[in-house]
Amino acid sequence: MTIALDDEAAAMRAGAFGEARRLAIEHQIAVGDFFDAPDFVAVTQAHVMGDTESLGEAGVAYVERLAALPEAERRTRIPTITDPRGLDFAAYRRLGQTEAMAALERRAAHALEALGVLMTNTCINYQTVMPPTRGEHLAMGDTGVAIYCNSVFGARTNFEGGPSALAAGLTGRTPRYGYHLDRYRRATRHFVVDAPLRDLADWGALGALIGRSCNSYWEVPVIEGVTVSPGSDALKQLGAAMASFGSTALFHLVGLTAEARDLGDVSDGSLPEPTVIRLGDIEGLYKRYEAPGEKVDVVVFSAPQLSLMELDDLARRLDGRTVHPETDLLIATSPENKSAADRMGLTRRIEAAGGLVLEGVCFYQSYAREMAEAMGWHRLMTPSAKLANIIGGYGYAPTLGTVEQCVDAAVVGRISA
Amino acid sequence: MIQLRCHPGVGPIVRGVALVAQDDFSARYDLDRSRGVFSREAHRLHGQSYVGRILVLNTAKGGVASAWMLRDMVERGLAPAGLLFNRVNPILAQGAVFAGLALMDRFDGNVTSLIATGDELELDPAQGLISITQRTIG
Repeated sequence: MTIALDDEAAAMRAGAFGEARRLAIEHQIAVGDFFDAPDFVAVTQAHVMGDTESLGEAGVAYVERLAALPEAERRTRIPTITDPRGLDFAAYRRLGQTEAMAALERRAAHALEALGVLMTNTCINYQTVMPPTRGEHLAMGDTGVAIYCNSVFGARTNFEGGPSALAAGLTGRTPRYGYHLDRYRRATRHFVVDAPLRDLADWGALGALIGRSCNSYWEVPVIEGVTVSPGSDALKQLGAAMASFGSTALFHLVGLTAEARDLGDVSDGSLPEPTVIRLGDIEGLYKRYEAPGEKVDVVVFSAPQLSLMELDDLARRLDGRTVHPETDLLIATSPENKSAADRMGLTRRIEAAGGLVLEGVCFYQSYAREMAEAMGWHRLMTPSAKLANIIGGYGYAPTLGTVEQCVDAAVVGRISA
Repeated sequence: MIQLRCHPGVGPIVRGVALVAQDDFSARYDLDRSRGVFSREAHRLHGQSYVGRILVLNTAKGGVASAWMLRDMVERGLAPAGLLFNRVNPILAQGAVFAGLALMDRFDGNVTSLIATGDELELDPAQGLISITQRTIG
């Protein structure tokens, strides 16, 4: 199928709006055709992955090529924001990141700013920048952001990789396929939770189990058995882990998320028999990563970035305690939350205990392999199931723990036996 | 010569030797992109070079980073020649378009069974056609 172009899109393709929009619409047409998109849909926000570890020299050079165009041709048309960057300019030397990485990061930021991109450097923009509303079409460039916006708010987005999200920012539209369409938003898999979920890490573990079971971008799990709203940070962990383990982009929590007041809202009764998730399943996920008694090199709170409430919780847990001298404790948050944490004294309390609060980064997007080599890190502990899933590919041995276990490990320097 | 049909893909006509696993794929999660090998221990292709090969895998997993990374891999000469999947997510499709890399999916049957490691392939994405020009021995 060939995607239909309205007059404006056709003019973009013909170059009437300049080279940047021509390249952008050509990219979107190719993607839209691949997914049989009938036409384009206008989007209200674009969110671009802009860390240089992902962009590489090739990506930075591409953005710089756009940035060299005349201003009227290169400026984004809709609010366009960024995912975490590749390093924190205030902390990179302490973490073994190099001047070359910082230089590439500065080039990327400079070029993106020339396009009118707002450097929010965050993967929790739905908590901190502009939460979307139900039915709003978006081009969200982080899996955790996309699944949260689709599921919790009932907004509509596919996973938009950096080149596609940037294209959406330039054209103000995206191909209408996947989760922009009603028919893809119906539940295809059925889960019942029969387990207590006490910690943020438990929500991530649940997301990991469901994501791993679905294992396709095109499966939509509906989840029953959760009767009390766990709050934004728990749903953040749930969605981020599901998206990481399964490439899942939308879930329905019956009675809690936007489109599923009851099961009938998202299913016509043809769902397969539900998979029941029990405490033993959750414990089994932790076991996969366990390393009792082992020395911990680095404890990481990140993936997604922490909310102000999570920073407050960590400051309270760390008051009067000291991080072990042979263990690093890293905590990543958005620039806005970092500023608030500075103002409210949370950063000071966390850093007095020996932790390091990083701004605008998210651990795995910040040259994790090179950091490990420079810092001598191998065993990593985290309450983020998403991070535990990703970081093995960077040469780390990850352990998943509750928030309390992770703080204790940072202080003791070892995982509790 | 065996021919397989699938949904029209993206990218140029390419030839190459297949590297097949029933596993999933993410450039961020699974690869050491500086050396051009699979680096995730749990991946069945762990330790193997993917450079110049036609990767045949089940589906895409994980994050959005592959959308940028494929182009950088191509420009540094450390990319696969093509990608075949049972079903991809938008990220790999977007990344392949951006990189100018051949990518195809949606076959009749399981592509990780239809093609074996060592098979010599020709991919014609626009036509949704794969030719197995030489079957691997054994």
